[in-house]
Amino acid sequence: MNFFKPALILGFAFLAVFGETVLPAPRYFLGAQVDLLPALMVYAALYADLVTVSLLAVLGGVWFDSVSANPLGISIVPLMAAGFPMYVRRDLILRHSPFAQFMLGAAASAVVPALTVLFLLNGGKEPLIGWGSLWQWIVMTVVGALATPVIFSLGDWCSGALGYKLRTEVSFRPDREIHRGRQ
Amino acid sequence: MFKQKNYLALGAVVLVAVVLLSLPTRATSRLKLAVSSWFLPLFGLAGAGQQLPADLADSLLPRRELLHQIDVLRRENQQLRSQAVQGAAIARENDQLHALLGWKQTKPWKLKLANVVMRDPANWWRTVQIDLGSRDGIQTNQPVLTNDGLVGRVSAVSYLNATVVLIGDRDCRVSALVDNTTHDVGVLSASGPLDNSFVQLSYLASTANLKAGQDVSTSGLGGVFPKGIPIGKIVDTQTVEYGLATEARVKLNANLGALEQVWVLIQ
Repeated sequence: MNFFKPALILGFAFLAVFGETVLPAPRYFLGAQVDLLPALMVYAALYADLVTVSLLAVLGGVWFDSVSANPLGISIVPLMAAGFPMYVRRDLILRHSPFAQFMLGAAASAVVPALTVLFLLNGGKEPLIGWGSLWQWIVMTVVGALATPVIFSLGDWCSGALGYKLRTEVSFRPDREIHRGRQ
Repeated sequence: MFKQKNYLALGAVVLVAVVLLSLPTRATSRLKLAVSSWFLPLFGLAGAGQQLPADLADSLLPRRELLHQIDVLRRENQQLRSQAVQGAAIARENDQLHALLGWKQTKPWKLKLANVVMRDPANWWRTVQIDLGSRDGIQTNQPVLTNDGLVGRVSAVSYLNATVVLIGDRDCRVSALVDNTTHDVGVLSASGPLDNSFVQLSYLASTANLKAGQDVSTSGLGGVFPKGIPIGKIVDTQTVEYGLATEARVKLNANLGALEQVWVLIQ
């Protein structure tokens, strides 16, 4: 089994969560912190196996919740809810199309925070929500959508540059070579 | 479409989430701080990376500039020393008057400087993490402030780091006193999700004598925040609850969006 892709995805998720905690620039300029885990989940759902998708949901959710005031584990199900349907239907998705990546990134980036807030409210928590949250949701959706094709390109580049590909059998066999001409 | 393998994976992920969410609060808090400490080595690297250009710039500063800065700092130090002597004399006089009147003496604040290492990545909470923990004497509910004013309180502590919930979050309510003739007292509550420099001062009487520019500080009620920590200034007011109560918008003195170092009030 090739462990490079799962390690790459999980490593990127770890760095994404770290970046969200230390880079305040999106909050200054856009009024909201962006979340790259949904965009990464789209990449994992379309290119990785189910174990990687599940690990990304669990570890990404736990990492995000551990540096946030969210209850631990509340981000796991929203991430899985975004990635699982895409994984199941990935044969029908034009995953190489940047427009498809953009739309899937937008959908995932919209669904994950909305579901998380819904679960928080359902659990009796009191998150800071107001009309300004609508703007934050739009920012998260749009930036997540824009980031998705970038993550796809980055992931493909890293896989091509650092990973290895499975050896494919060619149809040529020297023992069955037809020698032309007189022997 | 759905294979058994898919169901199993989905079920396993949901099970993990349910187990984590049903853990006791104390265990969850410890687990969160333990997991968040995995990020600490990255902060060291990031800090070193940020420090490198500053160190290079420092090494290029001319000697004349350094001597000028030393001179300015010496003068400032002398002024602060004279103010400290004056303050100590006033404190002694205050203690004597307290003793004469039989009032309980207020202890001087003991502060510990902490670096803000992480901000909450979720847009619906206002928390930060600091690099002091239980090994440094940090405990939950200790007030956190900057030189400008109150910032929040410690909400969870691990051995190496601690979580601070900031003013404006629903988990950080502060009893506040307005510096006016009637000494109106209200409660600082949550603000809007976008702007973290304003908070609402609620539960004020309808007869409150509020004006823009009046100072707001902690009232000392509630037992968490000592009296007299500056919070901010009143910006505007409005009557609510059909004229039965008043609310005020307060501009915070501390810039919560640019916190780098904070003081934790130990006692």
